[in-house]
Amino acid sequence: MAEQTKITTLEKVVIRFSGDSGDGMQLTGTIFSNLSAVFGNEISTFPDFPAEIRAPQGSLSGVSGFQVHLGSRKVFTPGDKVDVLVAMNPAALKVNKNNLKKNAIVIIDTDSFQKSDLDKALFTTDNPFGELGLNDVQVVAAPISTMVKEGLAEFGLDNKSAVRCKNMFALGLVCWLFERPLEEAMNMLQNKFSKKPTIAKANIKALTDGYNYGHNIHATVSTYRIEGTKADPGFYTDVNGNKATAYGLIAAAEKAGMKLFLGSYPITPATDILQELSARKELGVKAVQMEDEIAGICTAIGASFAGAMVATSTSGPGLALKSEAIGLAVIAELPLVIIDVQRGGPSTGLPTKSEQTDLMQALCGRNGESPVVVMAASTPTDCFDAAFWASKIAVEHMTPVILLTDSFIANGSSAWRIPDMEDYPEIKPNYVSNYKGEAPWKPYRRDHESLVRYWAVPGMEGFAHRIGGLEKDYDTSAISTEPINHQKMVETRQEKIDKIADYIPELEVVGDTGADLLIVGWGGTYGHLYEAMETMQEEGKKVALAHFKFISPLPKNTGEVLKRYKKVVVAEQNKGQFANYLRSKVSGFNPYKFNRVKGQPFVVARLVEEFTKILEA
Amino acid sequence: MAEDIKYQAKDYKSDQYVRWCPGCGDHAVLNCLHKAMANLGVAPQDMAVISGIGCSSRLPYYMNAYGFHTIHGRGAAIASGVKTARPDLSVWLMTGDGDCLAIGGNHFIHAVRRNIDLNIVLFNNKIYGLTKGQYSPTTDRGAITKSSPYGTVEEPFIPAELTMGARGNFFARVIDVDLKNTTEVLTDAARHKGCSVVEVLVNCVIFNDAIHKKITDKEFRADRTILLRHGEKMIFGKDNNKGIVLEGLKLKAITIGEDGYTMDDVLVHDANEPDPTLHTMLSMMSGDMPVALGVIRSVEAPVYDQAVEEQIAEVQAKNPNRTLREFLMSGEVWEVR
Repeated sequence: MAEQTKITTLEKVVIRFSGDSGDGMQLTGTIFSNLSAVFGNEISTFPDFPAEIRAPQGSLSGVSGFQVHLGSRKVFTPGDKVDVLVAMNPAALKVNKNNLKKNAIVIIDTDSFQKSDLDKALFTTDNPFGELGLNDVQVVAAPISTMVKEGLAEFGLDNKSAVRCKNMFALGLVCWLFERPLEEAMNMLQNKFSKKPTIAKANIKALTDGYNYGHNIHATVSTYRIEGTKADPGFYTDVNGNKATAYGLIAAAEKAGMKLFLGSYPITPATDILQELSARKELGVKAVQMEDEIAGICTAIGASFAGAMVATSTSGPGLALKSEAIGLAVIAELPLVIIDVQRGGPSTGLPTKSEQTDLMQALCGRNGESPVVVMAASTPTDCFDAAFWASKIAVEHMTPVILLTDSFIANGSSAWRIPDMEDYPEIKPNYVSNYKGEAPWKPYRRDHESLVRYWAVPGMEGFAHRIGGLEKDYDTSAISTEPINHQKMVETRQEKIDKIADYIPELEVVGDTGADLLIVGWGGTYGHLYEAMETMQEEGKKVALAHFKFISPLPKNTGEVLKRYKKVVVAEQNKGQFANYLRSKVSGFNPYKFNRVKGQPFVVARLVEEFTKILEA
Repeated sequence: MAEDIKYQAKDYKSDQYVRWCPGCGDHAVLNCLHKAMANLGVAPQDMAVISGIGCSSRLPYYMNAYGFHTIHGRGAAIASGVKTARPDLSVWLMTGDGDCLAIGGNHFIHAVRRNIDLNIVLFNNKIYGLTKGQYSPTTDRGAITKSSPYGTVEEPFIPAELTMGARGNFFARVIDVDLKNTTEVLTDAARHKGCSVVEVLVNCVIFNDAIHKKITDKEFRADRTILLRHGEKMIFGKDNNKGIVLEGLKLKAITIGEDGYTMDDVLVHDANEPDPTLHTMLSMMSGDMPVALGVIRSVEAPVYDQAVEEQIAEVQAKNPNRTLREFLMSGEVWEVR
């Protein structure tokens, strides 16, 4: 088919679909990444959309992007710079000018590069590429809008509906470029527009036209082949971090034989969790949208008191509002999972961008000595495991657990092997039926080993009891302001959390044993840090990576691991919160720090550069 | 729940010493609640008593039930979670005028609006007692308190008006000294399906003594209050010869047999009328008019916690997926062999 064209076989390629927020770039990107996943490629995606729902058409602030990284072996990030950019208008070209690799292919719709379009994107000349200094890119310029209108004439669509299909023409062109068969994309469009057959047909026609256009013009650019990979056998689907989080909660409730309850309030970028769980009524999930963030967590605490497995989902500003209620769950010793999908702060900050700036808030943001479990998910699919583990720890240890994800992994997606729940551990709440003590049961009687109290749920006869926010007596569970008792209860609550270290996996180190530099990270930066490590290894350097999923308590071997290396760098998207926390926990630990707070993912090339400097210092 | 067990008021008493001030109106409400629960026959383990912060919010400790003393103002939200997760429980919220209408105002109006099947007992003593005497959202304009040494300069909420404004379906008002009626109304509130608000006018002997005296005092209670009963004429007074009539768009208190008014002119109380207009007018009577007590409004409407369960059942009837894996496999998947 493309036999006369030069075919380049690549291991990895990065493609970015970029256009006006109304141009359908998210859909285009999603379809392309899904069909690549079906083809057998590894994928990692990054939707990047503006905070405004509809910014002025053609303006720089209205550019919406979807980046996908394809690979024939494991890909961990959506990639730094792009090999292929689809720019549906001049604004899309302009905002991505620094994201292009040398010799990148840029596909543009010439119909959208007219004088008025250039004006809207604040170009001052009629040569946008020259003006941006983009002299070493390969441009595929096609009159996409015109061709789409002509191609769809037979469907009798109005002008606006016809032009809307131009994203599919672009997709067809990209499919040609990457030798992707169109069948899968056609199926996806058929499903997507199953209730609008004409629109489905029009989109499929535009897709085919785009593909054929690429083939016919024998564009002078290279086409690419990314070989499929050998993944673990099983069934796969595409999942983003927020959905994986929702599924992890469902899986945990199933495993424990409990009802799942979510109390929440809409907040970017966490709302998808509420939406997904609201839709899962067939699985018996009760997900309620409350009047505010506080009611979101408070209904969850109430439902926990009533015996459900509960969660509340939010982002940084919402976590701030929930802090008093988290303290209540700490002193009442009730299970609760709080999911904080971190975004740029402070205050409203950068609601659609990603940061790791809520760590200190999660660890310390409450009145009194108020210890909780803090965890972090590392990739979109890891959100599933993280939410499962957070739920397991919460109900088995009768404690709030804060699970930190971030906007980057929450919206990013990758192929996910549908888990077999038999591979996951049991979840067994410490119900009052486990109590075998001689003294009469009281609500704050604890297991001697784990210090977990025994849980009596309303409806259990003979166990009616009162708990609450006031300090209680260690033995009688009655209200107490007695000084020695308070000290004991404070210590006990802390010790209970510390002991959870006995129940979680140890910290793993990947990379070179005896590395000269240990990279340390936590949460959603895993992919970038891993790729940085790989790149440095390819350059012959001895580096290793220790990535934390459990933050409070830390894995038991943390101090031993950190002290094993001459040089350690802690890289995070804040001003050094985790590095400082580790210093407070591991005496004599004094790491290098790499901190970026730009609201954007790390750039692997930059990490490599900085880490190399540290290595050579 | 064993059907044949007969419970007595003492079955709902906990072993804790009751720590309210001697003479506090809260003691009376607690005793009435014990009696009401015995009337209802709900087993102690099937009752959940939730509260926020304040004097009245200590009540759960004195009930032999599943009790949760929570944080200031959030009781309504926590109780909403308990009831939504477990509609089988009899869920009560104990709250005061500050807890419910100031810091917790938002949760209160939304619990009422959603019509969650909660029994909200609002202890209104028009003062912050636990923090020792600051004005509350129900304190009368001009009242001198510790935080308003020159008198307040703000209008109070009238809990009934707020409840109706939030589209409430059950509102009752009682006075702490009338044990018989309080017990009866608490029983009615529990039997009502949906969010029930019972305002109890309680006396704070320490910081706001005699605040309700002008209506609760035995000497003139009969003339200054009217006990409304569904289906009965709105009559009151020591001699039962006064009545409420509607003149134009206003209510008026009249004496039967005077000024040409007869018993036929006196309104009959219809607590079940969906239109809240008359209920609002009745509940806001003050000054020359008697203060309305008893069940002022009791209307059947869709109940939130039931609707949540019904919706799940409806979806489940159409969708066979019951496990996460079944759900995921029914979506877009591909197989790697």
